Amino acid sequence: MIVNQFSCRCRKRLKALGEFTVSVKRLTGSRIREKRLDQGLRQAAVAEAVGISPSYLNLIEHNRRRIGGKLLSDLARVLSVDPVMLTDGADSDLLDQMRSAAATLGPDAEIARAEEFAARYPGWSALVVAQARRIAALHEHTLALTDRMAHDPQLANSLHEVISAVTSIRSSASILVTQEQLDADWQKRFHQNIHKDSLRLADSSEALIAYLEAPETKLEVAQSPFEQMEAALALRDYQLEQLEGRDPDIAELGQEMGLTGSSLRLFDAYARQYQDDAIQLPLAEFSQAARDLDYDPSQLARQFRVDFATVLRRLASLPSHEGHPRMGLAVCDASGALTFLKPVPGFTYSRATDACPLWPIFSALSRPTQPIRAEVTLPDAGQTRFMCYAMAMPKGEQQFDVIPVLQSTMLVIADPAESAGFSIPVGGSCRICPRSDCATRREPAIIGLAGAAGL
Amino acid sequence: MGKRVLLIEDEPNILEAISFILSRDGWTVHTHEDGETAMKKVEGFPPDMIILDVMLPGRSGFDILRDLRASEITKDIPVMMLTARGQEKDRELALRLGANHFMTKPFSNAEVRDHVKELMGA
Repeated sequence: MIVNQFSCRCRKRLKALGEFTVSVKRLTGSRIREKRLDQGLRQAAVAEAVGISPSYLNLIEHNRRRIGGKLLSDLARVLSVDPVMLTDGADSDLLDQMRSAAATLGPDAEIARAEEFAARYPGWSALVVAQARRIAALHEHTLALTDRMAHDPQLANSLHEVISAVTSIRSSASILVTQEQLDADWQKRFHQNIHKDSLRLADSSEALIAYLEAPETKLEVAQSPFEQMEAALALRDYQLEQLEGRDPDIAELGQEMGLTGSSLRLFDAYARQYQDDAIQLPLAEFSQAARDLDYDPSQLARQFRVDFATVLRRLASLPSHEGHPRMGLAVCDASGALTFLKPVPGFTYSRATDACPLWPIFSALSRPTQPIRAEVTLPDAGQTRFMCYAMAMPKGEQQFDVIPVLQSTMLVIADPAESAGFSIPVGGSCRICPRSDCATRREPAIIGLAGAAGL
Repeated sequence: MGKRVLLIEDEPNILEAISFILSRDGWTVHTHEDGETAMKKVEGFPPDMIILDVMLPGRSGFDILRDLRASEITKDIPVMMLTARGQEKDRELALRLGANHFMTKPFSNAEVRDHVKELMGA
């Protein structure tokens, strides 16, 4: 019964999502709803003020009716905003990223005026976000280099060689200079030692320079390797046709996508997984089955006799230009660190900030191998909802006396048409989350948010 | 015969240079190059002081120092550690394990001589 109800809801939702595109139309409705809720106005009151029915306003607010012209101007007047703020205002992803940037780097930023700033200066806002991302990537590289300096055995050995040779030369030379009445045998011996150590110093210095100048040490400062790979995949809408066929050249494909160094190695692992998934779930067959079964991961897993996580990954890679809904995907390891992120509007994470632990991707880690379905709601004015499917599975081969390492995978479908009944109130990260009654709060919210929450 | 210094260091030319300058100062210097057998050497021939390199083949100077401080025979022998790594955490570890002094390479001969004198109470 529950499955049937869900299936029905899912059908309606997917009908809506099938028509969905990231457009001004959709965002305008969401902005109208946000502005109205911000001002504590009832839907019926606003509808009456502009001469439409509450149900029609509801459709507009959920981006299911186009809006423009006089009606848009009237709504803007009632909501006391410039019409441009409703049509061209900053989208919630940009705002989230600006707030994350402020939480990380700018505690004195006027958070409450972020939307106004983004609407008036979209170019500068994008620059703020880009710079925050660049700083985060640089920070990650600095940590990686520090770690490398401290723990890389090859570097440690090279430095040890150099310093040992210098110590020996310094000590031997000092003896030759300061010791009077040094007999000829000792003089010859220390000269030979200096000569040998100088050759050794030259060799070890050359090796050290060659090592530090190796191609893989070049800084990739624009984004972290994860972000580079994800950006390259996003350019192809996460579709890798080459990997749907047999014997693709993964390295060549990665290079074609402009990946190098660490991001290329990450892509290698991603592509191998993609290829395995494609073999188990051939695109044409899976695409049709996904439509037939209302994108129900559980039924798809049963039909194809594959594990749940494989279905989640494959669903996320279905081509949206063929009418499939846009679905987000997140993968994290047992520490909660995101190892892959395919965003959908509203579902974005900054790797620089700690994520909300209430997302099902994290709760799945405490219930390995159990498929989880849960609706979640964001704390934004529009109360954005997502349907999430998640599962944590042991990664790699199972062996005796080896503790399995878990990997959690979550599929995210934005804006389900109807509520599943119960929705988990989640956030982005504590620092930008206004929820005041959250038991999982780690730190107080930054100032400027409505109802900024403390611990 | 002067007091005995045991120098445990795997770099032969550093070993020779330090041995030379300490011998000239009147100390009786014995040398050993291997970490694995260093404790046997010390217990079989307890010196008055030990100069101990951190990076040794077989066993690290930190491990040897830990054993030196745990042994009734060697626990009170002054130990000066030598290392090519000048990181504060290494210095702290050495001192916490009971080193009497910690010297970072490249050091000067004068520094070595001064600290040996100090630790020998000369």
